[in-house]
Amino acid sequence: MSIFVDETTTVIVQGLTGSQGRFHGLRNRAYGTRVVGGVTPGKGGTDVEGIPVFNSVKEAVETTGATASFIAVPPRFASAAILEAAEGGIEFIVCITEGIPAQDEALTYNRLVHEHPGVRLLGPNCPGIISPGKCNIGITSGDIALAGGPVGIVSRSGTLTYQALYELSQKGVGQTTCVGIGGDPVPGTNFIDCLEAFQADPETRAVMMIGEIGGSEEERAAEWIAKNMDKPVVAYVAGVTAPPGRKMGHAGAIISGSKGTAQAKMAALAEAGVRVCQNPTEAGEAMVEIVRAL
Amino acid sequence: MDLFEYQGKQYFARYGIPVSPGGVADTVEEALGVAERVGFPVVVKAQVKVGGRGKAGGVKLATTPDEVATHATSILGLDIKGHVVKRLWVEHASDIAKEYYASFTLDRPNKVHLGMLSAQGGVEIEVVAAENPEAIAMLPIDPVNGLDPASARRWVDEAGLDEAARDQAAELLVALYRCYTEGDCDLAEINPLILTPGGRVHALDAKVTLDDNAAFRHPEWDEFRGDEFEDPRERRAREKGLNYIGLDGTVGIIANGAGLAMSTLDVVNQVGGSAANFLDIGGGANADVMAAALEVINADPKVRSIFVNIFGGITRVDEVAKGVLEALGRVEIASPIVLRLDGTNAVEGRAILAPHLSDRLVTEPTMLEAARRAVALAR
Repeated sequence: MSIFVDETTTVIVQGLTGSQGRFHGLRNRAYGTRVVGGVTPGKGGTDVEGIPVFNSVKEAVETTGATASFIAVPPRFASAAILEAAEGGIEFIVCITEGIPAQDEALTYNRLVHEHPGVRLLGPNCPGIISPGKCNIGITSGDIALAGGPVGIVSRSGTLTYQALYELSQKGVGQTTCVGIGGDPVPGTNFIDCLEAFQADPETRAVMMIGEIGGSEEERAAEWIAKNMDKPVVAYVAGVTAPPGRKMGHAGAIISGSKGTAQAKMAALAEAGVRVCQNPTEAGEAMVEIVRAL
Repeated sequence: MDLFEYQGKQYFARYGIPVSPGGVADTVEEALGVAERVGFPVVVKAQVKVGGRGKAGGVKLATTPDEVATHATSILGLDIKGHVVKRLWVEHASDIAKEYYASFTLDRPNKVHLGMLSAQGGVEIEVVAAENPEAIAMLPIDPVNGLDPASARRWVDEAGLDEAARDQAAELLVALYRCYTEGDCDLAEINPLILTPGGRVHALDAKVTLDDNAAFRHPEWDEFRGDEFEDPRERRAREKGLNYIGLDGTVGIIANGAGLAMSTLDVVNQVGGSAANFLDIGGGANADVMAAALEVINADPKVRSIFVNIFGGITRVDEVAKGVLEALGRVEIASPIVLRLDGTNAVEGRAILAPHLSDRLVTEPTMLEAARRAVALAR
């Protein structure tokens, strides 16, 4: 099994006619994802390589029955696109947009909570989700993933997500689902949401978690793991050498005062029984060892 | 973007938050001019983006023009924790009856806004939080609901501000919340927020961090730009649109993606080296961006070797390879380059570089091996 998406997931791409939406939407379809439509206001009735384009999400959902949306629109339009998806009946929203103002993210997230409690948002500013062999929504290169499980991956960083997939696939260890939750201050889906889903998924037998400096999500995840998780977890946290007070690329990756350091996160995870590794390669090797012993 | 105190106060003023009358001065003469205009006594304050100014001698009271001249002379050029004072803020000195603390920021774990208010201001809020946490009234605010005047008033009561300050403080907090949300701040903090013996409440300091992602809807932020980067390397990188942070080591780092860039710094450190910088060329970087990145790093005299760590996703490795060659053709790169290339079009990328490999341009199969090589070359 997989989490959040599977081979039955039908996807529309908001921003399909833009350069990012077109490139990745078509790549996702080529991977085998059921990309059934696109949305660009004013371009309804046209198509992108056979994928029909609609003027609104509502229209797209009514016509195609899509359950998921892939949002690839510029930052200033992203919040409205997320809310339109939820209002249009989409259940699972993946937003890859980088650079959305934090105030917009906070407001949009809370509007979803109030008005559309059943909707799950992944991102923004995330690489997306891939369940190898079944569904790929977002910008992850499908060829670095390996179907068949048994590992679930959850990561705050894009390229480190690819690195993790690559390390495992190279060593013949497959993945059930790989979720990139993104590095922004208000992620729609957090570590615990994914850990909970992996714990409940019978095919996922071990989890790799990739964190980074900033915030306290890794610490909260550690607490959750200690209480609720009986599957083995391997973790890597980037930013051990990051200086305090400087944003390391991601809007969320900043050490403020003594809070948010990689050391504190690694200590909390180790305390929770997680196998904490010093670099992505070591994490890959540790996971191979764990999977072979399962 | 962090604002200087004077910029923060200018920003507050836009939202109707009362501040002391004052002005900016880059010279002793300008300081004297501002002092005459706002009226004695005045406070002469160093404008640096670092805490502990008072203790370092960067904040002085002046009751006469002579004192203004003396203090302005001593503070301009003062080194406060590595920040050299180039600008002063001179404001009319306020009599202080009480000092409070107020701030708004994002409560990330709970995904709502968080207001913090304390009747014990004037000291570092971290100290209050550690020693006397019940002295801080925390108010979680759902962004959908915002902060209305009635809730602000209840909050002020709860924090135990003096009766004389409560109405004005509540009004000020609603304005500060508006500044924080509509003004797209990551942090809006007043410490101290004061009550004067005459019964007035106003902001005596301003600590504001703006959310760079919101710059597109704030043309008024342009005036804050210019002197935000004290590190010349960072200024140069910004001009080229690169996400760069200067550090003190000898291995120049270029990676795609913030996580991978951070991880690269860590791995270089693990194998006994130290990074000269953090540089994320971002997703989808092309040859131009790669060439610009190499040029920025090349201009750093401390750099002894350059580690290019790329995992192609949106970024195509063949584009990266072309960028490396383009940079080598454009400028003379002073340090040897070690590349680790994987992901989208890695095979094509390696093939492009193959005829050009030498002891100045090497590739390694893994991140760890490349780090070791780069650190060895930096010695």
